[in-house]
Parts: sequence; C-alpha cells; structure tokens
Amino acid sequence: MSELAVRHGISLRRVGAMILRYWYLLLSSWPRLLELMYWPVLQVITWGFLQTYIAQNANFFARAGGTLIGAVILWDILFRGQLGFSISFLEEMWARNLGNLMMSPLKPIEFLVALMVMSLIRLAIGVIPMVVLALVLFHFNVFTLGLPLIAFFCNLIFTSWAVGIFVSGLVLRNGLGAEGIVWTLMFALMPLACVYYPVRVLPLWLQHVSWTLPPTYVFEGMRELLIDGVFRADLMLTALALNAALLVASFAAFLALLRSAKRHGSLLGGGE
Amino acid sequence: MTQSAASPAQSVPADPAGSAAIAVSHLVKQYKTTRAVDDVSFAIARGSITGLLGGNGAGKTTTIAMIMGLVLPTSGTVAVLGHPMPAESAAVLGRMNFESPYVDMPMRLTVRQNLTVFGRLYAVENLKERIAQLASDLDLNEFLDRRNGKLSAGQKTRVALAKALINQPELLLLDEPTASLDPDTADWVRAHLETYRRTRGATILLASHNMFEVERLCDRVIILKRGRIEEDDSPEAIMARYSRDTLEQVFLDVARGRAQGESEARPPDAIREQPSASRETLP
Repeated sequence: MSELAVRHGISLRRVGAMILRYWYLLLSSWPRLLELMYWPVLQVITWGFLQTYIAQNANFFARAGGTLIGAVILWDILFRGQLGFSISFLEEMWARNLGNLMMSPLKPIEFLVALMVMSLIRLAIGVIPMVVLALVLFHFNVFTLGLPLIAFFCNLIFTSWAVGIFVSGLVLRNGLGAEGIVWTLMFALMPLACVYYPVRVLPLWLQHVSWTLPPTYVFEGMRELLIDGVFRADLMLTALALNAALLVASFAAFLALLRSAKRHGSLLGGGE
Repeated sequence: MTQSAASPAQSVPADPAGSAAIAVSHLVKQYKTTRAVDDVSFAIARGSITGLLGGNGAGKTTTIAMIMGLVLPTSGTVAVLGHPMPAESAAVLGRMNFESPYVDMPMRLTVRQNLTVFGRLYAVENLKERIAQLASDLDLNEFLDRRNGKLSAGQKTRVALAKALINQPELLLLDEPTASLDPDTADWVRAHLETYRRTRGATILLASHNMFEVERLCDRVIILKRGRIEEDDSPEAIMARYSRDTLEQVFLDVARGRAQGESEARPPDAIREQPSASRETLP
C-alpha cells in the first residue's frame, strides 16, 4: 500500500476485493451478524419505553414526541457508523493480515473507501431492525423526518468515518494496545455533541467547544425539526463544512501515523 | 577471517545501472538504541535466488521489510525492479509478492475465498483458472473450500505460498518458506520454487535457517551478523573460504565468531550442534 500512490487514482476492482473480503467474513460468522443487531435493538427498546413513560408524565415531552427515540437512532448512526468502519479495520489486525495488504497494490485511499462502504453495510444490518422496532413498538417513524433525514444521516456518517479513520491510524501506529480507543472515543464526544439535550444546557464556555463538533448541529437540527417543525439548513451546511475539514484532517493523520508505523517497524508486529 | 565493515560487498555501489531486481545501498535501520541494520549494500541480479542468512536478531527480517517498504530505513536507499522504494512502490507492488511468518491469511475465509480476494487485489486475469492452477501445483484441492483457520501448519504454509504466487511475481520475497513443512512437502515446495524461477525467470530472495535448503536453492548467500554483512558470495565459495563441507558449519563459525581457517582445529561433534531455530525477534 503506497502512501504516495494516492494521486494515481482509485481502483474500484481493489475496493471491491476488500468489500468482498469483509462480506465473506460477515457471512462466515453468525455471531458477528447477530451482534450488529443486538445493541441497536436493545438501545431502542430501553429508550423507547423511557420516552413513553416521560411522555405520559410531562407535557413538554408529550409535545416533543420522538426526540429521545430520534436521538437514539441518530446517535446509533454516528456510533455504529464509526464502529462499522473501525471493526473492519481491526479484523485485519486480529487476523494479522495487514502486512499482506500493505504489500499488495492496495492504496490507503482504496482501503479507507472499502472500510466506508463496509460501515454502511454493517450500519444497515444494525439500524434497519432498530428503525422497524421503533415504528412497531413506539409508533415512531424516523422517515417522517423526511428529506432532512438525509442531511442528518450524511453529516453523522461523515463524522463517524472521520473518527474511524483517525482511530484506525492510532491502532496502526500503536498496535492492538490502542484498541480500546476504537470503542470509547465516540463516547467522549457524546456529552459535548448534546445528543439527548440542547446545547443551551451546557456552561457557556463548553457551548463553544460543542459547536466545533458536526454532530451537535445534527442533534440540534433534529430537535428543532421535531419540536418546532423547522428545518435548519444553515446548521446542516455548517456541519457539512466542519465534516469536510475533519475528513481531510483525519486522512492526513492516518497517513502520518502510517508513516510513523513504518518508521518504528510496528507494521510487522501488529500485536500489543 | 570474517569480512570487516568496509568489506567489498558493502562498499561497492549497489546498482549503478538500475538493472538489478533489488539494489540496496548503505541501508541503516536504527531503533532507539538498537542498530538493527548497519550500512548494508548489495544488488541482486534478476532471475537469481539469493539466500539471506543470519542468527536471531541479525537483521534479516528488518532488511526484507525495508525492501518491501513495510519499514522505512533510517538512511540508505532501496530500489526494487529499478524503482526507488517506497517513493515508487505503486509501480512495483503488483509485480512482486511475499510470504512471511509474521503475517497470516484471514482465518475465517476459505482458501478459495482468500485467493480470490488477493487475486483481485493483484488484478489477476482469469482468476478462477489461476486459482485452479495453483491448487493443482501446490496440492491444495483437498482443502480449497476449507477455512484457513482449520488447516494444519503445513497446509497454511502452502496456502501462503499460493498467495505469494497468485500474481506470478517477478520478485518473490520469502521468509522461512518451508518452516512448518514435513521433509517430503518441504522438498516438494523447493522443487516448485526452482521450477517457478526457471520457467518465469523470477528473482527470489529467501531468508531461511535451513542451510540445506539454502545450499540447494541459492546461487548466492548473504550472511548477516548484528546488522552487517559478514559474507556475500556463492555457497560453494563461502564453504571453500571456511574450509567447510556445509553451509551449516559456516553458519556456526560465523555465529560463534570463528574466523575463516580457524575451523579445522575444532572437534567434529561441536560443529554439528544445532543453533536455536527460533525466529528472529522483532525490535
């Protein structure tokens, strides 16, 4: 995999080969498939009943029906999108297959594109049952969000990829000892992204930090849509611009970490 | 007498004409306080088989990793098939391949699935036919649809070799290619490598602790010790220089710091003692 080969273009055949590799892996392991659905389903059931209870006892939440379940579904798009990306990457580390890939004509950008596609596939497997359950059990149809849902989805998935690229670079550089970051980094963003509450509840200084994160705009936008019926295109465009910067920065960080891994000889070991 | 740091093998410019399969010039790899490779230079002719020998920690794996572009040198240059690495690696990665004990094929994929994925990565034409050919050549048919994780060590080694040959590489880098094989299969793999080199005109660089294998396969042997080249010549010339009948005896002489010519005085039993066969440790 050549760092400097990025400029020579992307081979869809090689991207397809990597997607095929992960597809074979998914089909070979029913626990992997089950796990993709397990946590999202558990989440929506727990939060759905909580929302039902609150809505029965608070006028505001009765009016703002769906904000909690909506937030849970959007949060899962963000979190599962990143996990879907990172776990496919970790599969190569666990399998000690990274050396084979690095020595092949596969370019970093092709590898990352394949991981992005896999994050969408894994996300679909996990989130579709979740969306169906929300509709059946709690009468919340996420598709009633309409076209804004596409803007929400795109912004969240872009953030998840940016985080996924960055943490994959960290694991590449530091080995599986850094694996914990894959599972936990997104949770560090959770309180700042204001998933379940508006930004205004944060202290003023923290609000400035919160507004540097693209997901904050999505969750604020979702609440405005569900509570006030207003779609804030300006929020989505700002999030999109921030995501573009994040993706570029994370890709640059990935290449720098890959280069550092080659300098330190950590690609051959790949262990702890 | 062992060669000094300023031996001809290290001081000669590696490949001024750019015609070598591999040209390594003044290669150094420093890991904090450890100098894993210390000013190594050599050029490997196209179509040859070269053995890279050395004890654990001698720098074989690091040298091969730098040739492959998996490790960046601290200083010095590497050119593969006329292209500087890693700057022009995109031009050569599809024309070379490797097999190493430090990497595995994905365990949950079947042999056929693994070869399909790597065949596509290497843009192999008529992939199904190529896989069928490799399965026949390396006797994989019996377990072609079995998961890699369910194979014996010897079967895994043959699958790894099949992956290394999937794109019919011009340059093949092999790290202990017969390490887990029984003598019969190992002999068969060596014969296959010889045939592959002859029919394809490929260049093979082979790191091995199996001196019999190196004697049989290699036109040339480079012996590393503590990151430096100790010997670089044909197996016959090196054995003659040490007045030894086998490379294993030479290996022990080099490993134990015995100079050329000293060896005659030693008792024959001592020279048959086996060195530890454990793999070279990574830094």
